Parts: sequence; structure tokens; C-alpha cells
Amino acid sequence: MTTDRDDRQVVKLPTGIETFDVIAKGGLPKNRTTLVSGTAGSGKTVFAVQFLAAGIRAGEAGVLVTFEESSADIRQNMHGFGWDLAQWEQDGKLYIVDASPDPSVETIESGSFDLGALLARVEHAVRRVGATRVAVDSLGAVFSQFTDQSTVRRELFRIAWALKSMDVTAVLTAERTADYGPVARFGVEEFIADNVMILRNVLEGENRRRTIEILKFRGTDHQKGEVPLTIVPAMGIVVIPLSAMQLRQKSSDVRISSGNADLDQMCGGGFFRDSVILISGATGTGKTLNVAQFLKGGADVGDRCLLLAFEESREQLFRNAIGWGIDFERMERDGQLRVVCEYPETEGLEDRLLATQRMIEEFRPNRVALDSLSALERVGTIKAFREFVIGLTSFIKHQEITGLFTSTTPSLMGGTSITEGHISTLTDSIVLLRYVEMFGEMKRGITVLKMRGSVHDKAIREFTIDGQGMHLGPAFRNVTGIMSGMPAYVSPDELEHIWSKFEERMTQRERRSDRRSGMDRRRDDQ
Amino acid sequence: MNAAQMPESDPRFVLRLFVTGKTPRASAAVANLRRICDEDLDGKYELEVIDVLEQPDAAEAARVLATPTLIKMLPPPLRRIIGDLSDREKVLLGLELRARRDTQTGESSGS
Repeated sequence: MTTDRDDRQVVKLPTGIETFDVIAKGGLPKNRTTLVSGTAGSGKTVFAVQFLAAGIRAGEAGVLVTFEESSADIRQNMHGFGWDLAQWEQDGKLYIVDASPDPSVETIESGSFDLGALLARVEHAVRRVGATRVAVDSLGAVFSQFTDQSTVRRELFRIAWALKSMDVTAVLTAERTADYGPVARFGVEEFIADNVMILRNVLEGENRRRTIEILKFRGTDHQKGEVPLTIVPAMGIVVIPLSAMQLRQKSSDVRISSGNADLDQMCGGGFFRDSVILISGATGTGKTLNVAQFLKGGADVGDRCLLLAFEESREQLFRNAIGWGIDFERMERDGQLRVVCEYPETEGLEDRLLATQRMIEEFRPNRVALDSLSALERVGTIKAFREFVIGLTSFIKHQEITGLFTSTTPSLMGGTSITEGHISTLTDSIVLLRYVEMFGEMKRGITVLKMRGSVHDKAIREFTIDGQGMHLGPAFRNVTGIMSGMPAYVSPDELEHIWSKFEERMTQRERRSDRRSGMDRRRDDQ
Repeated sequence: MNAAQMPESDPRFVLRLFVTGKTPRASAAVANLRRICDEDLDGKYELEVIDVLEQPDAAEAARVLATPTLIKMLPPPLRRIIGDLSDREKVLLGLELRARRDTQTGESSGS
């Protein structure tokens, strides 16, 4: 019977870093070596140790070979991630081979040598704890310990080869001098390993963006391209695999109330439960009011609601809500509401996404409102922002939560915000709030622009705000150009004429085709 | 031997040589070292040859990576010489025998 590995299919070893396993499509190729290359501060050591830590927690012992930091330093540095290396060493689950340079002893080279002692130590350590995982951090540091570079090169190949015969899955880290350039500094590291991954830590518009890219998995599948990640205390590296999240979305036809009966009616009976609604409007048009109503509507039927507010202070929010007849304080006391007010700048978007996801998992709300996305947009790059929105939308949809996001348009009249351009395709419904200038008076208009999978009222209706909240009035029948910000008045006669033509056509069309949805009709008529 | 009779400037050398198995490189290192010791240390040395394949714990404790590695345990300071010890001059430098000879010939070496 042949035991040649190449005759068999590549088996993946789930690393236990769940988010990584998603992009690696199952984990790291088992009993193979994987190079993790990255610039200084890109998280190589964290990945290497996390790989071992996740294994130890799953009952697999590990060996860490450290060439750069001393074992004492590593133990201390990794403690913040919740990995108690010293305890694991005591329990015989981990062995650290300390191959870091000893500056107190002077070393001279005289003649040819090999790294036989290192290999013997590693083999011994693997046998001693019965390790199935080995992490070597980092290959580049081996070169700096010896002057004879060609020997080091040859010996690293030999060690990588030996690791394969030991039936362990190994992670080897290596340094790069630049985030985009050669795979690793010494030009040989990538040939030592079967698989290559790159960690990046790029400065983009004053923001640090961390990504992971699987460059090569010999003989097996993986996700391509850079995937954002973040490094958080008590967890380590968390990859944010966007494409994988999008696939898992569910869809339901359960309707929930927006908190305003008139708006529910416009939407064809309320919002869908696991949908995401975007409320767009200029400052002061009533976005936060809609948020408050949405939360109140949830609390009224016993839903738990989470509000993430990035524009106003807690006091401001609560006071404004009282003005609309909504008592946030009581809702919070009853445990139906949690309000989180923060400056958008306090956290990067990747960390914000993770923190929000954890908060949702912990509080288990039925409704989540975010006021506003535009405030978050200025924190990161456009790409990071889009990833944040995708991440959050898919997460809350997956949890069967209704999400309500607001976005602020830059101009008072008409216009769309940049925010919308990036996220409108990700949201299921869009509600526009606009100022309408009429005969020297500012009025407010509301329209449902998009309602995925449902018919809805296409009119632009006037609304007023008072101590009881929002009240919808009649449609602006004699004004056109509201959405473009340049309203023009049409005489009632002319209007009558246009509408009769329009409705005639609509009825004809409706007769012709029942299959087409209201949304399609609307697009055609525009 | 009476320790009092040994002058302090002429201490005994305690050497450890780490090798991997019975490779040609290992035997070359042992032969080279023995020759240097016999010629330059007048046979006043203790040499322990450690095979890392048999005693990986000893390699671990001494934090040795390369083989052959010669460690001069005594006299202080601790010194390491890596390689098959074919470069005699470097070995002598590592063992600080140059300095020792100078003191023997009466030249001052600044204590």
C-alpha cells in the first residue's frame, strides 16, 4: 500500500480560527507547511501563536519555535489575547523551542555547519508533547543569526522537509520589506513551504487597513484576493470574510411595523422582518424621528431594540425622543432598548463591525437602528466603509433582525449622498425624506423609493412632525422635481391631464402582464 | 592533582562539543578540536562530545541551533564556536588562546 501523500487528496485541517477557515475553505492543508509572510506589525506572530492556541483548545498539542522573541517575551506578549502559554506548557500541551539569539554569548563561525541541533530539538519537542501543529516564527530571524547565508538556506529546506515527514501541520512566518513586492525578504522562504499567505498592514488615507491573502494553496481550493481582518484583544486575528457572509442570507415575508401606521401603509404593510431599510435625508428632515418610531414600534410589540447612535449625545437623543412622545428611558428600564452613543472616530471600522456583532450576539435584539452611516463614512476609506456595511447587513439579516440605517444627504434640497451610492444596492428598502419649498414655506416630503419584493406607494407625500411624532399628509400632486431639489409647480389642469394619461397606460400594462412586480413598473415609467 | 599547585593564569579548559550523529562533519570537528587542544592546551582540558540526536535535552538546555557547536564553559567568559573547526585561527581566537599565550610570555595584556 502506498503512503505517498501526493496520491491522496489534500485534507484540510480546521485551524480553529473560524473566520480564517471560511476563506481557507476548511482550514490549512493538513501535514503541510504554510508560509505566512508580512511586514513588521502585520500580525505574523499573532497568527502563528493563534494557530497553536486554537489547536490546543481543540485538544491538539503544539510546538512553537521562536527565532526572534525570547520565550519569556512571547509568553508575556500573547497573554493579552487570552492565551496562557505558560499554563499550556505546564500541562504538556505546548512546547516552546527558544531559538532566539543570546546576546550575552559571543559566537564565532569556523568552518561548515548545519542546523542539526535545531532540528533535533524540534523533533524532540514534537515527540515530547505529541504535537500535530508546529509554528516557526520567523524564518528571517534565522538568517540574522548566522553569517553563512547559503548554509541557512539549505538548512531551512531540510527542516521544512523534516517537518513534512513528522506528520505535523506547520506555519512558518517570514518578513517582507514592503506590503506590495517580493513575497519575502530572502527570496527563498516561499519555496520552502507548500502554501503561501500574505498578511498586510497598509496605510490608506491615514487609516491602517489589515488584510490577509491566500496566495497559493498547493492542490486545493481557497478564496482569492485580500480579505480584511482585525486584531482584537482576547480574540486575536478575526478575518472578515465578506463573500462568505453574503451567501448565507435568508429572506422572510414576515412584516413588522415601522412604528408609524401611515408609513407601514406606504410600504405595502410594513417592513420585512429580516430586511435592511435605509432612510435618507438632509439634516433635520426627520431621520432620527423615523429611527425613534422604529424602535418604539418594536418595543410596543415586545421586540428588543438596539440603537447605535453616532451623531447625537445620549441626552440629546432622549430629549428629542420625548419631544415626539417617545420615552427611551422607560424602554431602556424595561430592557427593551439599549442605546449606544459613541463618537465614530473612537474605533476603526473593522473593530466597530466586530464590536457591533458581539453586542448584537450578546443583547439579541429584534431590531437594530444605526444613526447615521454617514457619520461612520468619514472614519475609514470608501472600501472599508463598504465592507463595514456589507458585513453588518449580512450579519443582521442572518440573525433575522430588522435593520434601519440612516444616511445624511449633503445638500438640503434634493440630492443623494455618497453613502447611498455605496450601499443602496445592499439595502432592501429605501425611504427618502426631502425638504420641499412651496410658496415661501419649507415642507417635508417622504417617499418609498424601493421596497424589495413588495408593492409600495410611489407618491411623494407631505408629512408634519409634532409631539406625537410623524403624520403623513396628502401627496404633492402639483409639484414636480422634488427629488432633484428643484421643485416646479404645475397647474392643476395640466396635472390632471398628465395623470389621466399616466394611469391609462398603467392600467393597460397591468392587464398585459401580471407577473411583473410593482418595482419594475416603476422603473419603466421613469 | 593539587589545585594549589595550579597557577591561576593556567586554568583547565572545560569544553563541550555538540554534534549530530556520526557524520563526516562531526568526526572532522572532533579531530580538529583534539588536534588544537593537544597542541595548544598541552592536554589540560576536559572535552565532552554530545550527540544531539541522543541528547536533545542537552541541546535544548544549552540553546544550541547549529552543529557542530563548541562551547567553552571554562574559563569564563562563555564562548561559542560554530562549524567543523577547520579554521584553526578562529578556533584559537574563540578559545582566547592568543591572549593566554601573550601573558605566558610575560607581555602585559592589561590584566
